[in-house]
Amino acid sequence: MPLRRERPRKKLFAVASGGGHWVQLLRLSEAFSDCDIVFITVNKAYRADVNGHGFYTVPDGTRKTPMRLILTTLKLLWIICIERPDALISTGAAPGYLALRIARLFRARTMWLDSIANIEQLSMSGAMAGRYADLWLTQWPHLAMRKGPQFKGAVL
Amino acid sequence: MAAPGYAKRTAVQRSSAVIFVTVGSADPFDRLIRAVDEWAGMRGRTDVFAQIGNSRFEARHIEAVQFLSPSEFRQRVRTASLIVAHAGMGSIITALEAGKPIIVMPKWARLGEHRNDHQVATAKRFGQKEGIIVADDEKDLVAKLDREQALCSPTTLLNGASPELLSAVRAFIRREDR
Repeated sequence: MPLRRERPRKKLFAVASGGGHWVQLLRLSEAFSDCDIVFITVNKAYRADVNGHGFYTVPDGTRKTPMRLILTTLKLLWIICIERPDALISTGAAPGYLALRIARLFRARTMWLDSIANIEQLSMSGAMAGRYADLWLTQWPHLAMRKGPQFKGAVL
Repeated sequence: MAAPGYAKRTAVQRSSAVIFVTVGSADPFDRLIRAVDEWAGMRGRTDVFAQIGNSRFEARHIEAVQFLSPSEFRQRVRTASLIVAHAGMGSIITALEAGKPIIVMPKWARLGEHRNDHQVATAKRFGQKEGIIVADDEKDLVAKLDREQALCSPTTLLNGASPELLSAVRAFIRREDR
């Protein structure tokens, strides 16, 4: 990518909604140690979990709140425009999917880890994220498919 | 910023609860709060503290707040001897990380408690692990609460994903995954 200024450290976006999505993202964080990390979530109080790293919140839109999803999209667009991540990892849900789509437009590499709560089938956002993710993972071996998500371990 | 929700505190005040109840911050879960509240009243328990989120049920026998910050939440988990929760992965993982037994009761889509029944699948799958006890409904929850002294703790979970997943994430970041 000739137009992009090379940085000494990669800038990684780590994106998750609240509750279990956030807890699962934090369990990946020791693998992020060589990067400048920017966490994006939906709850300001989570900042205390990731002191010393970049941190933004976005409105917690879901597919049941389409108007709020528009606000989520606009704020993500703004953050990604400013920060220009090299890579993005999300554990869901809707804000993570949107962030992944936008970051990809800005040529970031993207990874989706579907929540371990999705045992019987992928989440809707997880299923939709697949075609835009460079690495598409499920946490259940029985959900892995040749043209679908791969299984490479779980957060537990 | 002050944490919202302290208005819901009831008359019962204790600094260290032995049973910590949590239903997440998203959808209400009145069925669980009501069952635990009635159980506490029936058994005269004054050592139950609950984070009730958007639940509308007015608890009378247990101390209840709407939300807790992550650090308050972890503190409550650390000082509790038993967690009672919806079958959400955030609650389950937090209990396992602290090595505390957890009773989970799944939310049901048919009562509008969640958008689908994935918590039923979560409860079924994780209920096989030591230290995670499934209560199918309110009646079952009361029966399990009555046996709380006999529940064994889970093996404390290390603070990180499986080595295989961590190396997959590292390889992705270093661009070695293709």
